[in-house]
Amino acid sequence: MTDTPLVVAGRRFTSRLIVGTGKYPSHAVMAQAHAASGAEMVTVAVRRVNIADRSRESLLDYIDTNRMFILPNTAACYSAEEAIRTAHLAREAGLSNWVKLEVIGDERTLFPDTEALLDATRVLVRDGFVVLPYTNDDLIVCRKLEDAGAAAVMPLGAPIGSGLGIQNANNLRIIREFARVPVIVDAGVGTASDAVVAMELGADGVLMNTAIAGAQEPVAMAEAMKHAVVAGRLAYLAGRIPKKMYATASSPLEGVVGR
Amino acid sequence: MLITLNGEPYELDGPLSVADLLTRLSIDPRRVAVERNFTILRRPLFAVTLVNEGDRIEIVNFVGGG
Repeated sequence: MTDTPLVVAGRRFTSRLIVGTGKYPSHAVMAQAHAASGAEMVTVAVRRVNIADRSRESLLDYIDTNRMFILPNTAACYSAEEAIRTAHLAREAGLSNWVKLEVIGDERTLFPDTEALLDATRVLVRDGFVVLPYTNDDLIVCRKLEDAGAAAVMPLGAPIGSGLGIQNANNLRIIREFARVPVIVDAGVGTASDAVVAMELGADGVLMNTAIAGAQEPVAMAEAMKHAVVAGRLAYLAGRIPKKMYATASSPLEGVVGR
Repeated sequence: MLITLNGEPYELDGPLSVADLLTRLSIDPRRVAVERNFTILRRPLFAVTLVNEGDRIEIVNFVGGG
């Protein structure tokens, strides 16, 4: 069975895995992990240049921009205004008008402030951005984001960086059922099986950073995630069997020897 | 003259262009975005825009993130 590509705002991605660029042991390991992941889109953050120390290498030197589409985020923004300002700076620093929109509402959970997220989405869509909002697993919010012009919705599977795995399977399934834009599960994946679960639920893609960057062997985990996303997607398309309480024999009941 | 550069006070000899400021800081202009007094400065304007006393300059780039 051949899969269709992931299409976001008219742009095609063969890989349904989106990976981050944060928290790797080194830029070199990150570059290897990116290659192993097969991903075609990577997230980056926007921060002040360190004026005092100009010795640090540029992140972009380690991203194969011929293969990778760069998706800047508005991480650590706590208001619509901050997020909008950061998105505009990202557009100016980069090459595209895409943004992974984050408006955080709480430091400990990093849960989104969905009211501010909606406000920021409306403004940025009006300003010509392709907006991919990181949101909670709320169907109504996702629907409003869609109506506001979001190019995809990116509900969390668990808190950012928690590695808890998909905690909200039913909500994600419901969001997928109703969404008219791609649903990309963003945050919560801890290991390959979590990515499989997200894809089996029908997610159009999975975005992860810590699960790969924080693994003991990031390059190996990146490869595992590549396979997990493909496996989960194929299983979703294949259509799983219904769950049953009791056994159903796989082998014929006729012709059993000695009976 | 004193400006605010990325939130910190920064001393300059006198007015200079944004492009010259970036050169002085060893920053590749193709890799950054610049805000002057809360307004984004398009890259073609770096060479012709002067940094003046009291200006608030923000220079940002991409770093690792998720």
